[in-house]
Amino acid sequence: MKIRVERDGLADAVAWVARSLPSRPPVPVLGGVLLDAGATDGSEGLTVSGFDYEVSATVGVPATVADGGRTLVSGRLLADITKSLPAQPVEISVDGSRVAIACGSAKFSLPTMPVEDYPQLPAMPQHAGELAGEVFGQAVSQVAVAAGKDDTLPMLTGVRVEMTGEKLTLVATDRFRLAMREFEWKPSGDVEDAAVLVPARTLADAAKALGSAGRSVELALSPTDGLLGLSGSGRRTTSRLLDAEFPRYRQLLPSEQTSSAIIGVAPLVEAIKRVSLVADRGTQVRLEFADGVLRLSAGGDDEGSAEEELPVEFTGEPVMIAFNPGYLQDGLAALHADRAELSFTTPNRPALIKPVNADGEVTPGYLYLLMPVRLPG
Amino acid sequence: MLHVDMDAFYASVEIRERPELRDRPVVVGGVGVRGVVSSANYIARRHGVRSAMPTVQARRLCPRAVFLPPTFALYQQVSAGVLAIFREITPLVEPLSLDEAFLDVSGSLRRLRTTPAGVGAEIRRRVHAEHGIVCSVGVGPTKFVAKLASGLAKPDGMLVVPKTEVTAFLHPLPVSALWGVGKKTAERLFDVGLETVADVAAAPLPRLRRMIGVAMAEHLHALAQGHDDRPVVPRSAEKSVGAEETFDTDHHDRALLRRELLRLAERTATTLRSRGLRGRTVAIKVRYADFTTISRSRTLPVATDVTQEIYRTAAQLLDEQTPPGAVRLIGVRVEQLGAGESEQLALDAPEQGWREADQAADKARSKFGDLAIRPAALLGKGPDRAGTTKPGPDR
Repeated sequence: MKIRVERDGLADAVAWVARSLPSRPPVPVLGGVLLDAGATDGSEGLTVSGFDYEVSATVGVPATVADGGRTLVSGRLLADITKSLPAQPVEISVDGSRVAIACGSAKFSLPTMPVEDYPQLPAMPQHAGELAGEVFGQAVSQVAVAAGKDDTLPMLTGVRVEMTGEKLTLVATDRFRLAMREFEWKPSGDVEDAAVLVPARTLADAAKALGSAGRSVELALSPTDGLLGLSGSGRRTTSRLLDAEFPRYRQLLPSEQTSSAIIGVAPLVEAIKRVSLVADRGTQVRLEFADGVLRLSAGGDDEGSAEEELPVEFTGEPVMIAFNPGYLQDGLAALHADRAELSFTTPNRPALIKPVNADGEVTPGYLYLLMPVRLPG
Repeated sequence: MLHVDMDAFYASVEIRERPELRDRPVVVGGVGVRGVVSSANYIARRHGVRSAMPTVQARRLCPRAVFLPPTFALYQQVSAGVLAIFREITPLVEPLSLDEAFLDVSGSLRRLRTTPAGVGAEIRRRVHAEHGIVCSVGVGPTKFVAKLASGLAKPDGMLVVPKTEVTAFLHPLPVSALWGVGKKTAERLFDVGLETVADVAAAPLPRLRRMIGVAMAEHLHALAQGHDDRPVVPRSAEKSVGAEETFDTDHHDRALLRRELLRLAERTATTLRSRGLRGRTVAIKVRYADFTTISRSRTLPVATDVTQEIYRTAAQLLDEQTPPGAVRLIGVRVEQLGAGESEQLALDAPEQGWREADQAADKARSKFGDLAIRPAALLGKGPDRAGTTKPGPDR
């Protein structure tokens, strides 16, 4: 193998692929990235891939191929090297069991790993539909924030993707909050309604890489193989689906409310940050809603205490409710809106947060449900 | 209410370690030029040596005394052992320092079939038998009375003040005996002729308020009447709470090890709840037959004191992160503790869940003993364990 490639394209590709590699690979080859030049898969240029049996990532990079071939090198090392190369063309050539990388006056020689030991990358599953990149990127970030990070509860570490006709629904919950986003997509003619559970971290990474404005993202699915594929902008990724039962969440969504408030997001976030400085290890911030005024407070007699008042449009029964300030800020930030509607039933029941548009109307399609912290006494 | 105070604690522990010092004056404290006395035995005290006195002065008063630097690790170890005795009697133990604690035994008397004085005598006997030091016990209806009583019982004694005798007990005492009365307040009270507790109790409240301020006046007036509603607040300054078990014979069986984890998780969670603590990190320790020891931990999203959550995490750590092999010791620990009065509610949890079940079980145990209620998986005979006493026959 002997190729010449632009530094930026190579560095981006290697960085993206190396990101999904395991930090401590169970076998050394899984810590490698596969460089495949020209001839072998028929396409011109260089293909950079990584795979750890869970997630695969593949990027095409334009390259001048003098001599085709495949080689496998340490992903982390290659990412570090390509990132720090000067902005000049890079020459990569394989000689025996070593690969030489030359860029400007810098030269590297790395050992390769046996390509024949590398697992076969999964084929892209069957095309299921298409969605707008920016909508997808935003939707995933709005929902993945609520996914659990506790591996002891695998069903909570995923984002549930529901395909119902032309509607796509993303949901995630860690038991303490739940985020749900619904939007339109273009399913391919023969795709059936389905619901799958995708690891949240993988989906968030993919959405960041693929969800750029003006591009479209293709979604591919094979529920029988337990595989989801996403592609766009020259990048392809597959992820193994989580084989776990997602909680039956729809019955948990409150169907009624006894009060609701509309408030500016930025001033509320600022106030929460200030007031929760005195909350012991960020445990709770108390929100007391009454006519026209929201009073925030935190802390207590034994520690520091703080309070602040904000104007609010409030209707319904006055309510005093407490939340984990971090969870509350996550939800407000995920709205991507200037104003929010918060609605309540009782201090021990879930609250709902929704985005509000310039006309003071709730923008349909997104909700963030947040469980309160039980007030003492 | 019991107040237990170790007599000349540091000095007593040192003497226990070196019996040849028994009949000599012993002073524990900083030995440098600026050192102060932390503890002195009663022989040294007869020479006028007192706690917090500069060591230099103590040397002048009692040149024959043996002066020792403190060995805190040893005192902590003894203190933990003594507290463990208390906690076998009641979960309501409030340590004030290494050498004193309040105990609320009102819920335990029926189970132990004894009186507060009986509990006090038993504590004094066991502390001496198991740790080789002596303590004094004050028994009274309130914290304040119990603490005064232990002070008057010293050294190596016990004083019981029944509810009906509280007034007779308190009233002859000088005002300085009242909790919260320092030198300043005592002088101010003296100036207007209030010299004893009886004087304060009889003084009109408005007059007291004008003299020493509203809060202080009401506080002292209540104490002087024998009123003190401060409860025993179980707490600890520990960084972690845990339990471990060494088997008599090594065990391979994972199902047995998991059951043991449940037992230990339950003990740990009960301790957490009795002290009003919750922890975020659950850790396990597994020691194999060859003494290789593996510790693994996992941090939960929300602090817990629930048996099932601790057990679930511990069992998962065992399954995923420890190799098979013959195990001689297994332990569960909860770290990153905080006194949590707030509880993050969960979406799918019923409003009455495991926590409420645990609390109900705690209540039953405080009345009927540790074996009154247990997870069904722990019924029947467990593995033999070294270093623990076997439970007695079921009643």
